[in-house]
Amino acid sequence: MSGHLFIRGGTVIDPASGMQARRDVLVRDERVAAVSEAIGDESVRGATVIDAENCLVLPGLIDMHVHLREPGYEYKETIETGTRAAVAGGFTTVACMANTNPVNDSAAVTEYIHERAQAARLARVYPIGAVSKDLKGQELAEIGEMHRAGIVAVSDDGMPIMNGDLMRHALEYTAMFGLPVIVHEEDRSIAADGVMNEGAQSLRLGLKGVPAAAEEAMTARDLALLARTGGRLHIAHVSTAGAVELIRAAKGRRLPVTAEVTPHHFTLTEAAVGAYNTHAKMHPPLRTAHDVEAVRRALADGTIDAIASDHAPHHRDEKEVEFDRALNGVVGLETTLALALRMAGEAKIPLDAIIAAMTVNPARILGLPLGTLAPGATADITVVDPRRRWTVQASRFRSKGRNTPFEGMELQGQAIVTIVGGRVVWRAEDA
Amino acid sequence: MPFTHRHMLGLEGISREELFYLLDTAKSFKEISERNIKKVPTLQGKTVVALFYEASTRTRTSFEIAAKRMSADFVSLSSSTSSVTKGETLLDTARNLAAMRPDAIVIRHFVSGAPHFLAARLECPIINAGDGAHEHPTQAILDLLTIRERKGRLSGLTVAIIGDILHSRVARSNVFALNALGASVRFVGPPTLLAPELRAWGDVTHDLHEGVRDADVIMMLRIQLERQGKNFFPTVDEYSRYFCLTERAVALAKPDVIIMHPGPLNRGVEIASDVADGPYSVIMDQVTNGIAVRMAVLYLLINRSREAELETETHAQTAAEVEAATPRLRRRAG
Repeated sequence: MSGHLFIRGGTVIDPASGMQARRDVLVRDERVAAVSEAIGDESVRGATVIDAENCLVLPGLIDMHVHLREPGYEYKETIETGTRAAVAGGFTTVACMANTNPVNDSAAVTEYIHERAQAARLARVYPIGAVSKDLKGQELAEIGEMHRAGIVAVSDDGMPIMNGDLMRHALEYTAMFGLPVIVHEEDRSIAADGVMNEGAQSLRLGLKGVPAAAEEAMTARDLALLARTGGRLHIAHVSTAGAVELIRAAKGRRLPVTAEVTPHHFTLTEAAVGAYNTHAKMHPPLRTAHDVEAVRRALADGTIDAIASDHAPHHRDEKEVEFDRALNGVVGLETTLALALRMAGEAKIPLDAIIAAMTVNPARILGLPLGTLAPGATADITVVDPRRRWTVQASRFRSKGRNTPFEGMELQGQAIVTIVGGRVVWRAEDA
Repeated sequence: MPFTHRHMLGLEGISREELFYLLDTAKSFKEISERNIKKVPTLQGKTVVALFYEASTRTRTSFEIAAKRMSADFVSLSSSTSSVTKGETLLDTARNLAAMRPDAIVIRHFVSGAPHFLAARLECPIINAGDGAHEHPTQAILDLLTIRERKGRLSGLTVAIIGDILHSRVARSNVFALNALGASVRFVGPPTLLAPELRAWGDVTHDLHEGVRDADVIMMLRIQLERQGKNFFPTVDEYSRYFCLTERAVALAKPDVIIMHPGPLNRGVEIASDVADGPYSVIMDQVTNGIAVRMAVLYLLINRSREAELETETHAQTAAEVEAATPRLRRRAG
């Protein structure tokens, strides 16, 4: 129901405006009308009151890296189930990758995604177009056409671009539209058919490893290309300490590069593979404790800009197989927020830095007019109870995907109300 | 300490006591194969299913003979004759087999962890007969039995394992067990077939002569000819120039060294014929011991589940029946 909302008594954290204080928030006509210490009675007359006492009031969370699987893989997820998972997890906006069927390499597919998202009326969905036709890594897709249809970035995520000449031209060409190129950094000739991190665990389990060098070599190549081409590079799911160092150095040279990390890469190590747990299989793979430490530090010092789930739902049958045969990826939309809060506590990273990585930073990277609660801003708001304890139970996910490595984990912090454009799209059962 | 695991998946984490129990049990079964009539009724009425997704003559035959010498029924399926070729998943195949109530499933699979995948989902005891590049526990136990017979001990020995360590399930199972028993291990091979992390398990060298010097045991691994062309080494000829075990290399080892090979041999590639057939070779002992080891493993796993079964039954029985059942249990324990 749109109209007036009065969010009372919460702690507003709005990194974009540097605010972290107890404030009331008034929403009127899909916009933030006022953020103030005490909003007068007259202005709230007729407004729906949301009690945010002991809660955090955040700009609507943005997940810039999800796989919604529609069109083509509706048995894994649909735009409706995916965005339902998003709002339940506190996300008001998601950007979805192009590896659907057909691939989002044309304006027609981009438009279809927009239509489906509008029909679902849950989270905002911004499509990411393919860099190359059919994700084949050979010819540029019609990026300009997709740009007109509303893509916010291009990416061949999942299919690293081995052709350096194509990558160079992608960086050059997208500069014309101001679109970032989001890259999955992995030299496939090094990674070969590896299925987990290469190291002590892969040796022990007799599994083929993906060395950190596969990610670092490709990261180095793309940063070298970026120095000359213009364009913007966004590095998805950074997983190694070496890649962090490369990005840190590139940012030191003022290259237009940004980066993201997933909750699984800042929470788990390769040890999670345990006895061939396919829910710990993803690309890039879970790495070592040293790498986890490095990506956490990178988040703290701003080398990594964003937290993104890489939400990758799969059907049960695609994970309930031998490890080598299991598909890559885990779901994340419904666990990311709590895992981010947990990590912030463990790594002693200020809360506003973590919130920035899930709001204003991804908004800036994708050029979205979102991610803040400044008066006049679009009223996308997430109300979080940071103390609420809950246990991860995949069977209760709104996503069709049940493939989580966090099953049974006790977490703290949950979105209790999610508001998109002034409309409450999610309210926790007992909130 | 007896061996109480439900499955035989691998030797990682196994205790010294469990290993000795396995070896002692295997030793006690050896004699059966020396008899005129090589059959005992121990596993009469039990069914063992072998599910082989990879070609194997030695291991499958060894399991079959082991099962049959204990009077178990043995059914063998290979991937070429089974529903695998019709696209059925491993889990579905195994579930269907399990529904036919076998007492153990012996599985060989080219994917590491395939037996573990089944063990986590099926009640039936699973025996790993080799999974990918991971483990081959019964091979390592028969290797240990052979070493112990010849050396009278396992701790304090120096064992050189030579060849493609990276892809070898035999090497992994052996090193887990040898480390548990206090033997020291040396890995010998080109850097492409080793891994930096191996140093946590033993010494590493690329020099065959250095690797075999003063060794008590030399354990050769088979070089997979299909590694050629994948840049692990340029050619088989070049590989054998550096790593073929010749009499000259053997001379550097302890005078009473024994030489082992899990088979099948690539004669002239990783092992010279005169070494394979020479006085230090215990390769045929390994094969003989394989039967006893597999008898022991089948016996322990199937018996374990039978005792568990009996225990559950007794819960539902009257006091008199419990009393009647008790001597049976006692007899088995004794």
